[in-house]
Amino acid sequence: MSEVMKSHKRRNFLKTGAGLAIGLGAISINGLGTEPPIKDAGKKIKVLMPDGSLAEVDEKSLSTRTGSMQPAKGPKAKEGIPGRKFVMVIDLGKCNNARKCIEGCQKGHNLDTSQEWMTVHLRKDNHQSEPYWFPKPCYHCDNPPCVKVCPVGATYKRSDGCVLVDVNRCIGCKFCMSACPYSARVFNWEPPPKSSEANQDYSPETSVPGQVGTVGKCDFCPDRSRQGKLPYCVNSCPMGAIYFGDMNEDAISNGTETVSFKELINNRAGHRILEELGTYPSVYYLPPVDKAFSYERGLKNLSEEQKKKALENLSKY
Amino acid sequence: MMELDQKSTRALKFFAPQMVTISKSGIFRLILLLIFIVGGIYALLVQIIEGHVVTGMRDNVVWGIYIVNFIFFIGISYAGALISGILHLLRVKWRTPIIRIAEIITVISTFIGPIYILLCMGRLDRLHHLAVFGRIQSPIIWDVLAISTYLIGSIIFLYLASIRDMAALRDYPFESKWRNGVYKFFAVNYRGTSRQNRYLDRALDTMSAIIIPLAVLVHSVLAWIFGMTLRPGWHSTIFAPYFVVAAVFSGTGVLIIALWIFRRFYNLKSYITKIHFNYLGIILMILGALYGYFTFSEYLTSWYGSETWDMEVLYKLFDTSEYWWWFFFAAFIGVLLPIIVILIPKFRNINSITAVSVIAVAALWVKRYLIIIPTLETPLLPLQDMRSEYIRYSPTLVEWLLTFSGVATFFLFFFLFSKLVPIVPVVKADDSVNYSQLRKTVMKRIIKRKIKEEKLKEAKKIEHL
Repeated sequence: MSEVMKSHKRRNFLKTGAGLAIGLGAISINGLGTEPPIKDAGKKIKVLMPDGSLAEVDEKSLSTRTGSMQPAKGPKAKEGIPGRKFVMVIDLGKCNNARKCIEGCQKGHNLDTSQEWMTVHLRKDNHQSEPYWFPKPCYHCDNPPCVKVCPVGATYKRSDGCVLVDVNRCIGCKFCMSACPYSARVFNWEPPPKSSEANQDYSPETSVPGQVGTVGKCDFCPDRSRQGKLPYCVNSCPMGAIYFGDMNEDAISNGTETVSFKELINNRAGHRILEELGTYPSVYYLPPVDKAFSYERGLKNLSEEQKKKALENLSKY
Repeated sequence: MMELDQKSTRALKFFAPQMVTISKSGIFRLILLLIFIVGGIYALLVQIIEGHVVTGMRDNVVWGIYIVNFIFFIGISYAGALISGILHLLRVKWRTPIIRIAEIITVISTFIGPIYILLCMGRLDRLHHLAVFGRIQSPIIWDVLAISTYLIGSIIFLYLASIRDMAALRDYPFESKWRNGVYKFFAVNYRGTSRQNRYLDRALDTMSAIIIPLAVLVHSVLAWIFGMTLRPGWHSTIFAPYFVVAAVFSGTGVLIIALWIFRRFYNLKSYITKIHFNYLGIILMILGALYGYFTFSEYLTSWYGSETWDMEVLYKLFDTSEYWWWFFFAAFIGVLLPIIVILIPKFRNINSITAVSVIAVAALWVKRYLIIIPTLETPLLPLQDMRSEYIRYSPTLVEWLLTFSGVATFFLFFFLFSKLVPIVPVVKADDSVNYSQLRKTVMKRIIKRKIKEEKLKEAKKIEHL
């Protein structure tokens, strides 16, 4: 797909998305119902509430919350983008292991090809069922085991749902890696590859540049959300299998269509992985049903050795 | 000057010359140790310059034999803490010749163990972050606090138990006078007065009472680093007591080995006798049985419940192409052999007890390996990495060199300690403190004071009237 088309689609998404969310994403209501009414009330305007109803509020009680378009740095990077609660939905029926999400992520985060913050597994739920491809980012849990165990608070949970790593603080003890039940974390065994990206100022939101001897992982691309863009993996997926958005807005998008998160999850039996662990992931999966292709099609993107290994794993079920 | 009884004087005359000389074979052994240590320093430099990529650790097995060594060394530190602490509190008569060796083991291994944790850290240059940004919620901070307290506590314990000997050495005519100066400093003017003895004994009792729960805490916290994670083979409620028992087991084993070595190379046959080996052997046997029971309970429960991920780890342990033979050695040979050999009086002698101790200690090192590595190789979401070094951990030369140099450092420190303090206490601790008598005296004093106060009040009342 050409770059122009992509950006065109993105703009469309932004229009619809932002239009829907007026009064929440860009504008917030200051202390609605908690503060005494402002005297000399001005013009009343209508805003859309999270539950879809319209409310009329005083113009003066609104303040814009566009926030900074720049990635947050230092203590600000700990706070999270106000009013947001990011969520990802991955449609397992659509993934055919094109591995473009991995490439897009690696390019965007200046990672070596050996480092995969997003991985794609070949999974099978039980010995009767058909295998399917399973993209696995960081789940940005609401009860993150990695954050609990960090001895120096280098990895933390933000109000917008992101679990980020501050590589300037990380001591590289790797406790978070062994605590993560989803193996989402990657260690920088070697210095990150040299590139122009590597020279930019570090922010936990961009995760660039990485540092040798510290831990890295999928960051949900909050820096791109600040600019109204979707994460690298979502943009790179040719199948539109990955949706990303805001739970508060109840709007998620895969770059081509914007849908209601709640509806999608309710209508299509969305679930989370290893729900029983009590980690409350922010990434939901739609079951691998109505697939337009067989899983074998995805095998062609693997090397011979990888293919052998993947099929060997399948035989375990 | 401090007055010594005949026995102590004889002991002092035996040990003091030993502390300033070194035999030819001693020099040879020292050089051997230094070679290993130089090898370790070389490996350390390689790791610092090239980064952690020179180790066998990768994204799945994030901790390798460094953490195994860490648990191992903290485990053997139990020799001094628990064994000598408990024996001291129980006033066990035969403890005297072995207590110093046990306490030195504790101090050295508590010092060496944490170095391995540092080797696991990707950014050693940020060690101070633990102090600046430390979060009490993290089990690693629990470990930092517990181990540093434990190290200080065991140094105090060793020091308090050595004061009497320091005083004796202070008064010994050494050729080089600096030694007397050092001992004078550390003897803190101890002369063996009854008041000094009373305070010293009380301090020793207090320290041994403190060091026991502290030791239990240290290994529990260590076990919780693993127990707190949601991983098959780790996430177990019995992990803390299991680690504690394993630690005392290995600590006793190392104590027996150390006794054997010193008895042989320092001519201590008249001090360290078969009785010590027999008693410690029996302690080892009981701990072995307890440890075996924990092991059995741990694996039986997860096998019977047979959750998928538990089973995956268990299959690896029982698979002959993976870890079976190591597991067989660690969980069967290393537990049953010591029990059988020590249980049957016919087999029980100094050499056999030492031999099974070596086997038990080696088995416990392997067991720690089998606790750490197979679990890390078995993440909850089945591993689909294609790179073989990411799937299966194998320690590299750098890791082995650093491991062996750690063991060599242990022996080197032991050698240095044996040149500074007598390896067997020279001045016998006085067990004859009569506590009921002491309490009576104190009570009498309190009653006397009360009576005095009453009288004073009476006098005031009269005055008032």
